[in-house]
Amino acid sequence: MRDLLYLYSLRTGPHRPTRCYSEGFDRVLDQYFGDYITVLVFMAVGALIVGGGLLVSSLLRPNKPNKTKSEVYECGINPVGGGWSQTHIRYYIFALLFLIFDVEAIFIFPWAINVERFSGREFGMGGFILVEMIIFIAILILGLVYAIRKGVLRWD
Amino acid sequence: MNFWLELLIKVGLALAIMLPVALVVIFGELKISAHMQSRVGPYFAGGRWGWAQPLADGLKFMQKEDLVPADADDRVYKLAPYIVLMGTLALYVVIPIGPDAVARDLDLGVFYVLAVSSLSTLGVLMAGWSSANKYSLIGGLRAAAQLIAYELPLVLAVIAVAVQAGSLSLNDIVNAQASFHLFGVESILGRDVTWISSLISPFMILQIVGLVIFLVASLAELSRIPFDMPIAESELTMGYLTEYSGLRFTMFFLGEYAGLVSMAAIAATLFMGGYSFPGVSEDVLNFLGPVILLSKVMFIAFVFIWLRWTFPRLREDQLQTIAWKWLIPAGLINIVATAIFKVAF
Repeated sequence: MRDLLYLYSLRTGPHRPTRCYSEGFDRVLDQYFGDYITVLVFMAVGALIVGGGLLVSSLLRPNKPNKTKSEVYECGINPVGGGWSQTHIRYYIFALLFLIFDVEAIFIFPWAINVERFSGREFGMGGFILVEMIIFIAILILGLVYAIRKGVLRWD
Repeated sequence: MNFWLELLIKVGLALAIMLPVALVVIFGELKISAHMQSRVGPYFAGGRWGWAQPLADGLKFMQKEDLVPADADDRVYKLAPYIVLMGTLALYVVIPIGPDAVARDLDLGVFYVLAVSSLSTLGVLMAGWSSANKYSLIGGLRAAAQLIAYELPLVLAVIAVAVQAGSLSLNDIVNAQASFHLFGVESILGRDVTWISSLISPFMILQIVGLVIFLVASLAELSRIPFDMPIAESELTMGYLTEYSGLRFTMFFLGEYAGLVSMAAIAATLFMGGYSFPGVSEDVLNFLGPVILLSKVMFIAFVFIWLRWTFPRLREDQLQTIAWKWLIPAGLINIVATAIFKVAF
Protein backbone atom coordinates (compact mmCIF):
# COMPACT_ATOMS: atom_id res chain seq x y z
CA MET A 1 0.00 0.00 0.00
CA ARG A 2 2.79 2.39 0.93
CA ASP A 3 4.46 1.58 -2.36
CA LEU A 4 1.30 2.38 -4.26
CA LEU A 5 0.93 5.67 -2.44
CA TYR A 6 4.51 6.52 -3.34
CA LEU A 7 3.79 5.62 -6.93
CA TYR A 8 0.77 7.89 -6.86
CA SER A 9 2.62 10.82 -5.41
CA LEU A 10 5.54 10.72 -7.83
CA ARG A 11 6.15 13.92 -9.70
CA THR A 12 5.89 13.59 -13.44
CA GLY A 13 9.10 15.48 -14.17
CA PRO A 14 12.26 16.41 -12.34
CA HIS A 15 11.84 19.48 -10.18
CA ARG A 16 13.33 22.57 -11.67
CA PRO A 17 13.23 25.90 -9.86
CA THR A 18 11.82 28.75 -11.90
CA ARG A 19 13.69 32.01 -12.00
CA CYS A 20 12.15 34.89 -10.10
CA TYR A 21 11.47 38.36 -11.40
CA SER A 22 10.84 41.43 -9.33
CA GLU A 23 7.71 42.38 -11.20
CA GLY A 24 4.74 40.17 -10.38
CA PHE A 25 3.13 40.21 -13.79
CA ASP A 26 6.25 39.13 -15.63
CA ARG A 27 6.78 36.29 -13.20
CA VAL A 28 3.27 34.98 -13.69
CA LEU A 29 3.65 35.34 -17.43
CA ASP A 30 6.92 33.44 -17.37
CA GLN A 31 5.75 30.68 -15.07
CA TYR A 32 2.45 29.85 -16.67
CA PHE A 33 2.69 30.89 -20.29
CA GLY A 34 6.44 31.22 -20.85
CA ASP A 35 6.75 27.92 -22.71
CA TYR A 36 3.80 28.58 -25.00
CA ILE A 37 4.78 32.17 -25.72
CA THR A 38 8.37 31.21 -26.53
CA VAL A 39 7.31 28.51 -28.97
CA LEU A 40 4.73 30.77 -30.62
CA VAL A 41 7.21 33.65 -30.96
CA PHE A 42 9.79 31.35 -32.56
CA MET A 43 7.18 30.12 -35.03
CA ALA A 44 6.07 33.67 -35.76
CA VAL A 45 9.66 34.66 -36.50
CA GLY A 46 9.90 31.70 -38.89
CA ALA A 47 6.85 33.03 -40.73
CA LEU A 48 8.31 36.54 -40.59
CA ILE A 49 11.46 35.40 -42.42
CA VAL A 50 9.35 34.13 -45.32
CA GLY A 51 7.04 37.15 -45.32
CA GLY A 52 9.86 39.67 -45.03
CA GLY A 53 11.89 37.92 -47.71
CA LEU A 54 8.94 37.96 -50.11
CA LEU A 55 8.35 41.64 -49.35
CA VAL A 56 11.95 42.60 -50.14
CA SER A 57 11.91 40.39 -53.20
CA SER A 58 8.71 42.03 -54.48
CA LEU A 59 10.62 45.32 -54.71
CA LEU A 60 13.37 43.76 -56.79
CA ARG A 61 11.75 41.15 -59.00
CA PRO A 62 10.05 41.68 -62.37
CA ASN A 63 6.38 40.77 -62.77
CA LYS A 64 5.34 40.03 -66.34
CA PRO A 65 2.82 37.19 -66.23
CA ASN A 66 1.58 35.50 -69.38
CA LYS A 67 -0.44 32.41 -70.20
CA THR A 68 2.46 30.10 -70.95
CA LYS A 69 4.29 31.00 -67.76
CA SER A 70 1.34 30.16 -65.54
CA GLU A 71 0.92 26.66 -66.97
CA VAL A 72 2.20 23.76 -64.89
CA TYR A 73 5.41 22.13 -66.05
CA GLU A 74 5.18 18.82 -67.81
CA CYS A 75 8.27 18.10 -69.91
CA GLY A 76 7.86 21.18 -72.08
CA ILE A 77 4.76 20.49 -74.18
CA ASN A 78 1.22 21.37 -73.04
CA PRO A 79 0.13 19.38 -69.98
CA VAL A 80 -2.26 16.48 -70.54
CA GLY A 81 -5.28 16.27 -68.23
CA GLY A 82 -5.57 17.85 -64.80
CA GLY A 83 -2.87 18.02 -62.16
CA TRP A 84 -4.76 16.02 -59.57
CA SER A 85 -4.89 12.81 -61.55
CA GLN A 86 -5.73 9.48 -59.96
CA THR A 87 -2.83 7.87 -58.16
CA HIS A 88 -2.55 4.44 -56.70
CA ILE A 89 -1.58 4.87 -53.06
CA ARG A 90 0.04 1.52 -52.42
CA TYR A 91 0.99 2.16 -48.85
CA TYR A 92 -2.31 2.97 -47.16
CA ILE A 93 -1.91 -0.16 -45.03
CA PHE A 94 1.48 1.19 -43.91
CA ALA A 95 -0.38 4.31 -42.82
CA LEU A 96 -2.82 2.25 -40.76
CA LEU A 97 0.04 0.31 -39.17
CA PHE A 98 1.79 3.59 -38.46
CA LEU A 99 -1.23 4.92 -36.59
CA ILE A 100 -1.38 1.83 -34.35
CA PHE A 101 2.34 1.80 -33.64
CA ASP A 102 2.60 5.53 -33.04
CA VAL A 103 -0.18 5.50 -30.47
CA GLU A 104 1.52 2.61 -28.70
CA ALA A 105 4.87 4.39 -28.79
CA ILE A 106 3.23 7.21 -26.86
CA PHE A 107 2.36 4.70 -24.13
CA ILE A 108 6.05 3.84 -23.79
CA PHE A 109 7.10 7.46 -23.09
CA PRO A 110 5.72 7.83 -19.53
CA TRP A 111 7.18 4.44 -18.67
CA ALA A 112 10.55 5.37 -20.16
CA ILE A 113 11.26 8.36 -17.93
CA ASN A 114 10.18 6.49 -14.80
CA VAL A 115 12.25 3.33 -15.17
CA GLU A 116 15.14 4.94 -13.32
CA ARG A 117 13.07 5.79 -10.25
CA PHE A 118 11.93 2.21 -9.75
CA SER A 119 15.22 0.52 -10.41
CA GLY A 120 17.23 1.86 -7.45
CA ARG A 121 17.66 0.47 -3.98
CA GLU A 122 14.97 2.66 -2.45
CA PHE A 123 12.13 1.21 -4.44
CA GLY A 124 12.68 -2.31 -5.75
CA MET A 125 9.94 -2.62 -8.31
CA GLY A 126 12.31 -2.54 -11.25
CA GLY A 127 11.80 -6.15 -12.24
CA PHE A 128 8.03 -5.87 -12.15
CA ILE A 129 8.01 -2.69 -14.25
CA LEU A 130 10.47 -4.22 -16.67
CA VAL A 131 8.51 -7.44 -17.19
CA GLU A 132 5.35 -5.46 -17.82
CA MET A 133 6.97 -3.43 -20.57
CA ILE A 134 8.65 -6.50 -22.07
CA ILE A 135 5.21 -8.11 -22.41
CA PHE A 136 3.86 -4.93 -24.01
CA ILE A 137 6.72 -4.73 -26.50
CA ALA A 138 6.51 -8.48 -27.21
CA ILE A 139 2.87 -8.00 -28.21
CA LEU A 140 3.93 -5.12 -30.47
CA ILE A 141 6.60 -7.24 -32.14
CA LEU A 142 4.11 -10.08 -32.49
CA GLY A 143 1.77 -7.69 -34.31
CA LEU A 144 4.57 -6.64 -36.63
CA VAL A 145 5.52 -10.27 -37.34
CA TYR A 146 1.86 -11.02 -38.07
CA ALA A 147 1.71 -8.11 -40.52
CA ILE A 148 4.89 -9.29 -42.25
CA ARG A 149 3.72 -12.91 -42.48
CA LYS A 150 0.33 -11.76 -43.74
CA GLY A 151 2.18 -10.06 -46.59
CA VAL A 152 0.82 -6.53 -46.09
CA LEU A 153 4.33 -5.09 -46.09
CA ARG A 154 5.07 -6.57 -49.50
CA TRP A 155 5.04 -4.21 -52.45
CA ASP A 156 3.00 -5.69 -55.27
CA MET B 1 15.27 41.18 -16.92
CA ASN B 2 12.04 41.88 -18.70
CA PHE B 3 10.40 38.75 -20.05
CA TRP B 4 9.84 40.13 -23.54
CA LEU B 5 13.31 41.62 -23.82
CA GLU B 6 14.83 38.30 -22.85
CA LEU B 7 12.67 36.50 -25.41
CA LEU B 8 13.71 38.98 -28.10
CA ILE B 9 17.39 38.37 -27.36
CA LYS B 10 16.85 34.62 -27.51
CA VAL B 11 15.10 34.75 -30.87
CA GLY B 12 17.81 37.06 -32.21
CA LEU B 13 20.52 34.70 -31.03
CA ALA B 14 18.79 31.66 -32.50
CA LEU B 15 18.57 33.43 -35.87
CA ALA B 16 22.13 34.70 -35.63
CA ILE B 17 23.31 31.13 -35.13
CA MET B 18 20.91 29.32 -37.45
CA LEU B 19 21.24 31.37 -40.65
CA PRO B 20 25.08 31.53 -40.85
CA VAL B 21 25.42 27.86 -39.90
CA ALA B 22 22.89 26.89 -42.57
CA LEU B 23 24.84 28.97 -45.11
CA VAL B 24 28.10 27.32 -44.05
CA VAL B 25 26.51 23.87 -44.48
CA ILE B 26 25.22 24.84 -47.94
CA PHE B 27 28.69 26.04 -48.91
CA GLY B 28 30.21 22.92 -47.37
CA GLU B 29 27.86 20.75 -49.37
CA LEU B 30 28.92 22.49 -52.60
CA LYS B 31 32.62 22.22 -51.82
CA ILE B 32 32.69 18.73 -50.30
CA SER B 33 30.54 17.33 -53.11
CA ALA B 34 32.89 18.92 -55.63
CA HIS B 35 36.02 17.53 -54.05
CA MET B 36 34.50 14.05 -53.72
CA GLN B 37 33.98 14.14 -57.48
CA SER B 38 37.42 15.58 -58.26
CA ARG B 39 36.02 19.00 -59.14
CA VAL B 40 36.87 22.38 -57.67
CA GLY B 41 33.33 23.60 -57.03
CA PRO B 42 32.42 27.27 -56.61
CA TYR B 43 35.53 29.31 -57.23
CA PHE B 44 34.85 32.90 -58.22
CA ALA B 45 32.08 34.46 -56.10
CA GLY B 46 33.62 36.49 -53.28
CA GLY B 47 37.21 35.81 -54.18
CA ARG B 48 38.96 33.11 -52.21
CA TRP B 49 37.40 29.60 -52.56
CA GLY B 50 34.18 31.16 -53.78
CA TRP B 51 32.98 31.56 -50.21
CA ALA B 52 30.16 33.94 -51.17
CA GLN B 53 28.42 31.44 -53.46
CA PRO B 54 25.40 30.75 -51.16
CA LEU B 55 24.88 34.50 -50.67
CA ALA B 56 25.12 35.11 -54.41
CA ASP B 57 22.56 32.36 -55.00
CA GLY B 58 20.22 33.97 -52.49
CA LEU B 59 20.55 37.37 -54.16
CA LYS B 60 19.91 35.81 -57.56
CA PHE B 61 16.75 34.03 -56.35
CA MET B 62 15.50 37.28 -54.88
CA GLN B 63 15.41 38.90 -58.32
CA LYS B 64 13.52 36.03 -59.97
CA GLU B 65 9.88 36.35 -60.95
CA ASP B 66 7.38 34.81 -58.56
CA LEU B 67 5.28 32.33 -60.55
CA VAL B 68 2.09 30.69 -59.31
CA PRO B 69 0.51 28.18 -61.71
CA ALA B 70 -2.99 29.19 -62.83
CA ASP B 71 -4.42 25.79 -61.85
CA ALA B 72 -2.77 25.70 -58.43
CA ASP B 73 -4.62 25.84 -55.14
CA ASP B 74 -3.49 29.39 -54.51
CA ARG B 75 -3.71 29.72 -50.74
CA VAL B 76 -2.24 26.34 -49.86
CA TYR B 77 0.52 26.88 -52.43
CA LYS B 78 1.53 30.16 -50.81
CA LEU B 79 1.18 28.91 -47.23
CA ALA B 80 3.47 25.88 -47.66
CA PRO B 81 6.88 27.65 -47.32
CA TYR B 82 5.62 29.41 -44.17
CA ILE B 83 4.76 26.08 -42.55
CA VAL B 84 8.15 24.60 -43.45
CA LEU B 85 10.16 27.45 -41.93
CA MET B 86 7.88 27.77 -38.87
CA GLY B 87 8.37 24.10 -38.07
CA THR B 88 12.11 24.34 -38.56
CA LEU B 89 12.58 27.42 -36.40
CA ALA B 90 10.41 26.02 -33.62
CA LEU B 91 12.98 23.22 -33.21
CA TYR B 92 15.56 25.75 -32.04
CA VAL B 93 13.56 26.49 -28.88
CA VAL B 94 14.81 23.41 -27.04
CA ILE B 95 18.39 22.93 -28.28
CA PRO B 96 20.76 23.81 -25.42
CA ILE B 97 24.06 25.43 -26.42
CA GLY B 98 25.45 25.77 -22.90
CA PRO B 99 24.63 24.84 -19.29
CA ASP B 100 22.37 27.89 -18.94
CA ALA B 101 21.93 28.80 -22.57
CA VAL B 102 18.68 27.45 -23.96
CA ALA B 103 15.70 29.38 -25.30
CA ARG B 104 13.33 27.36 -23.16
CA ASP B 105 14.02 24.10 -21.33
CA LEU B 106 10.71 22.34 -21.98
CA ASP B 107 9.92 19.36 -19.75
CA LEU B 108 8.69 17.46 -22.78
CA GLY B 109 11.80 18.45 -24.79
CA VAL B 110 12.37 15.45 -27.05
CA PHE B 111 8.69 14.75 -27.41
CA TYR B 112 8.22 18.33 -28.58
CA VAL B 113 11.08 17.88 -31.05
CA LEU B 114 9.41 14.82 -32.58
CA ALA B 115 6.07 16.61 -32.84
CA VAL B 116 7.42 19.81 -34.36
CA SER B 117 9.78 18.12 -36.82
CA SER B 118 6.75 16.56 -38.53
CA LEU B 119 5.35 20.03 -39.12
CA SER B 120 7.72 20.77 -42.00
CA THR B 121 6.71 17.51 -43.67
CA LEU B 122 3.17 18.84 -43.59
CA GLY B 123 4.46 21.86 -45.54
CA VAL B 124 6.05 19.52 -48.07
CA LEU B 125 2.78 17.61 -48.46
CA MET B 126 0.88 20.90 -48.92
CA ALA B 127 3.38 22.01 -51.58
CA GLY B 128 3.04 18.70 -53.42
CA TRP B 129 -0.74 18.70 -53.36
CA SER B 130 -1.43 22.34 -54.17
CA SER B 131 0.88 22.67 -57.19
CA ALA B 132 -1.61 20.86 -59.47
CA ASN B 133 1.34 19.16 -61.10
CA LYS B 134 1.66 15.40 -61.52
CA TYR B 135 5.32 15.36 -60.53
CA SER B 136 4.55 17.42 -57.44
CA LEU B 137 1.66 15.17 -56.46
CA ILE B 138 3.74 12.00 -56.68
CA GLY B 139 6.60 13.72 -54.84
CA GLY B 140 4.26 14.84 -52.06
CA LEU B 141 2.76 11.36 -51.70
CA ARG B 142 6.23 9.82 -51.55
CA ALA B 143 7.19 12.34 -48.86
CA ALA B 144 4.13 11.32 -46.85
CA ALA B 145 4.98 7.62 -47.17
CA GLN B 146 8.52 8.35 -46.08
CA LEU B 147 7.43 10.33 -43.03
CA ILE B 148 5.07 7.66 -41.74
CA ALA B 149 7.69 4.96 -42.25
CA TYR B 150 10.56 6.77 -40.54
CA GLU B 151 8.76 8.66 -37.78
CA LEU B 152 8.52 5.41 -35.80
CA PRO B 153 12.23 4.45 -35.80
CA LEU B 154 12.98 8.05 -34.77
CA VAL B 155 10.54 7.82 -31.84
CA LEU B 156 11.85 4.43 -30.74
CA ALA B 157 15.49 5.58 -30.83
CA VAL B 158 14.55 8.59 -28.72
CA ILE B 159 12.66 6.46 -26.18
CA ALA B 160 15.79 4.40 -25.54
CA VAL B 161 17.68 7.62 -24.80
CA ALA B 162 14.89 8.76 -22.50
CA VAL B 163 15.13 5.46 -20.60
CA GLN B 164 18.87 5.87 -20.25
CA ALA B 165 18.67 9.50 -19.12
CA GLY B 166 15.42 9.26 -17.13
CA SER B 167 14.10 12.48 -18.59
CA LEU B 168 12.75 14.02 -21.77
CA SER B 169 14.27 17.46 -21.26
CA LEU B 170 17.29 17.99 -23.51
CA ASN B 171 19.20 19.77 -20.72
CA ASP B 172 18.69 16.81 -18.39
CA ILE B 173 19.79 14.40 -21.11
CA VAL B 174 23.05 16.33 -21.57
CA ASN B 175 23.59 16.39 -17.80
CA ALA B 176 22.91 12.65 -17.60
CA GLN B 177 25.63 12.10 -20.18
CA ALA B 178 28.07 14.44 -18.46
CA SER B 179 27.61 12.78 -15.05
CA PHE B 180 27.43 9.20 -16.27
CA HIS B 181 29.04 6.51 -14.11
CA LEU B 182 29.34 3.03 -15.53
CA PHE B 183 28.00 0.53 -12.99
CA GLY B 184 28.57 3.19 -10.30
CA VAL B 185 32.17 2.00 -9.94
CA GLU B 186 34.60 4.75 -9.03
CA SER B 187 37.77 2.86 -8.22
CA ILE B 188 39.31 -0.53 -8.97
CA LEU B 189 42.18 -1.80 -6.78
CA GLY B 190 42.52 1.62 -5.20
CA ARG B 191 42.90 3.39 -8.53
CA ASP B 192 40.59 6.10 -9.72
CA VAL B 193 38.74 4.82 -12.80
CA THR B 194 36.20 7.61 -13.25
CA TRP B 195 38.05 8.61 -16.40
CA ILE B 196 36.86 5.39 -18.07
CA SER B 197 33.23 6.24 -17.46
CA SER B 198 33.74 9.83 -18.54
CA LEU B 199 35.37 8.55 -21.72
CA ILE B 200 32.32 6.48 -22.64
CA SER B 201 29.91 9.00 -21.16
CA PRO B 202 28.21 10.07 -24.40
CA PHE B 203 25.28 7.81 -25.19
CA MET B 204 26.75 7.08 -28.62
CA ILE B 205 28.74 4.21 -27.06
CA LEU B 206 25.97 2.53 -25.10
CA GLN B 207 23.24 3.61 -27.50
CA ILE B 208 25.14 2.87 -30.70
CA VAL B 209 22.10 1.05 -32.11
CA GLY B 210 19.93 4.03 -31.23
CA LEU B 211 22.40 6.42 -32.86
CA VAL B 212 22.44 4.48 -36.12
CA ILE B 213 18.64 4.24 -36.17
CA PHE B 214 18.32 7.95 -35.37
CA LEU B 215 20.75 9.03 -38.09
CA VAL B 216 19.19 6.81 -40.77
CA ALA B 217 15.68 7.95 -39.82
CA SER B 218 16.61 11.63 -39.72
CA LEU B 219 18.27 11.28 -43.12
CA ALA B 220 14.94 9.94 -44.38
CA GLU B 221 12.95 12.68 -42.63
CA LEU B 222 15.12 15.30 -44.29
CA SER B 223 14.64 13.39 -47.59
CA ARG B 224 18.33 13.51 -48.42
CA ILE B 225 20.09 10.98 -50.64
CA PRO B 226 19.80 7.93 -50.34
CA PHE B 227 16.24 8.75 -49.25
CA ASP B 228 15.50 11.53 -51.74
CA MET B 229 12.68 9.81 -53.63
CA PRO B 230 10.29 12.77 -53.00
CA ILE B 231 12.62 14.99 -55.05
CA ALA B 232 14.32 12.44 -57.35
CA GLU B 233 15.48 14.77 -60.12
CA SER B 234 15.88 12.01 -62.68
CA GLU B 235 12.28 10.77 -62.43
CA LEU B 236 10.18 13.56 -60.91
CA THR B 237 11.95 16.72 -62.20
CA MET B 238 12.11 18.24 -58.71
CA GLY B 239 9.21 16.47 -56.98
CA TYR B 240 7.11 18.73 -54.78
CA LEU B 241 9.33 21.72 -55.62
CA THR B 242 8.74 21.54 -59.39
CA GLU B 243 6.40 24.55 -59.57
CA TYR B 244 8.17 26.73 -57.02
CA SER B 245 10.42 29.50 -58.25
CA GLY B 246 12.29 32.49 -56.96
CA LEU B 247 12.16 33.27 -53.27
CA ARG B 248 9.55 30.65 -52.39
CA PHE B 249 11.93 27.99 -53.66
CA THR B 250 14.75 29.60 -51.66
CA MET B 251 12.67 29.34 -48.51
CA PHE B 252 12.19 25.59 -49.02
CA PHE B 253 15.90 25.31 -49.70
CA LEU B 254 16.79 27.27 -46.56
CA GLY B 255 14.28 25.28 -44.52
CA GLU B 256 15.87 22.05 -45.73
CA TYR B 257 19.36 23.06 -44.61
CA ALA B 258 18.20 24.70 -41.38
CA GLY B 259 16.35 21.44 -40.73
CA LEU B 260 19.54 19.49 -41.39
CA VAL B 261 21.41 21.66 -38.89
CA SER B 262 18.72 21.27 -36.23
CA MET B 263 18.48 17.50 -36.72
CA ALA B 264 22.26 17.26 -36.46
CA ALA B 265 22.17 19.40 -33.31
CA ILE B 266 19.51 17.15 -31.77
CA ALA B 267 21.46 14.01 -32.66
CA ALA B 268 24.57 15.60 -31.13
CA THR B 269 22.63 16.51 -27.98
CA LEU B 270 20.96 13.13 -27.56
CA PHE B 271 23.89 10.88 -28.40
CA MET B 272 27.15 12.82 -28.34
CA GLY B 273 26.86 14.81 -25.14
CA GLY B 274 25.64 18.07 -26.72
CA TYR B 275 27.55 21.06 -25.43
CA SER B 276 29.47 18.99 -22.86
CA PHE B 277 32.83 17.39 -23.36
CA PRO B 278 34.55 14.81 -21.10
CA GLY B 279 36.86 16.55 -18.63
CA VAL B 280 35.70 20.12 -19.26
CA SER B 281 34.22 21.80 -16.20
CA GLU B 282 30.87 23.55 -16.16
CA ASP B 283 32.29 27.08 -15.80
CA VAL B 284 34.32 26.68 -18.97
CA LEU B 285 31.36 25.12 -20.78
CA ASN B 286 29.43 28.38 -20.48
CA PHE B 287 31.90 29.86 -22.96
CA LEU B 288 33.02 26.77 -24.88
CA GLY B 289 29.62 25.03 -25.03
CA PRO B 290 28.43 26.57 -28.31
CA VAL B 291 31.78 25.82 -29.99
CA ILE B 292 31.73 22.19 -28.82
CA LEU B 293 28.14 21.72 -29.97
CA LEU B 294 28.83 23.38 -33.32
CA SER B 295 31.82 21.18 -34.02
CA LYS B 296 29.70 18.09 -33.32
CA VAL B 297 26.94 19.46 -35.58
CA MET B 298 29.45 20.07 -38.35
CA PHE B 299 30.79 16.55 -37.99
CA ILE B 300 27.31 15.03 -38.36
CA ALA B 301 26.55 17.36 -41.29
CA PHE B 302 29.75 16.16 -42.95
CA VAL B 303 28.67 12.54 -42.46
CA PHE B 304 25.31 13.36 -44.09
CA ILE B 305 27.06 14.93 -47.10
CA TRP B 306 29.49 12.02 -47.25
CA LEU B 307 26.62 9.50 -47.31
CA ARG B 308 25.09 11.44 -50.18
CA TRP B 309 27.98 10.49 -52.45
CA THR B 310 28.30 6.96 -51.09
CA PHE B 311 24.86 5.39 -51.59
CA PRO B 312 22.58 5.35 -54.63
CA ARG B 313 18.92 6.32 -54.27
CA LEU B 314 16.73 3.55 -52.83
CA ARG B 315 13.49 2.24 -54.35
CA GLU B 316 10.19 2.93 -52.57
CA ASP B 317 9.73 -0.70 -51.52
CA GLN B 318 13.32 -0.90 -50.24
CA LEU B 319 12.62 2.20 -48.17
CA GLN B 320 9.58 0.60 -46.55
CA THR B 321 11.42 -2.68 -46.01
CA ILE B 322 14.30 -0.99 -44.21
CA ALA B 323 11.95 0.88 -41.91
CA TRP B 324 9.45 -1.85 -41.05
CA LYS B 325 11.59 -4.99 -41.10
CA TRP B 326 14.88 -3.69 -39.73
CA LEU B 327 14.75 -0.35 -37.95
CA ILE B 328 11.50 -0.75 -36.01
CA PRO B 329 12.24 -4.25 -34.57
CA ALA B 330 15.81 -3.10 -33.81
CA GLY B 331 14.42 -0.02 -32.06
CA LEU B 332 12.01 -2.05 -29.93
CA ILE B 333 14.71 -4.53 -28.91
CA ASN B 334 17.03 -1.62 -28.15
CA ILE B 335 14.47 -0.19 -25.72
CA VAL B 336 14.15 -3.50 -23.89
CA ALA B 337 17.92 -3.97 -23.75
CA THR B 338 18.41 -0.42 -22.42
CA ALA B 339 15.74 -0.93 -19.75
CA ILE B 340 17.26 -4.25 -18.63
CA PHE B 341 20.66 -2.54 -18.40
CA LYS B 342 19.11 0.32 -16.47
CA VAL B 343 17.27 -1.89 -13.98
CA ALA B 344 20.09 -4.39 -13.49
CA PHE B 345 22.74 -1.77 -12.69
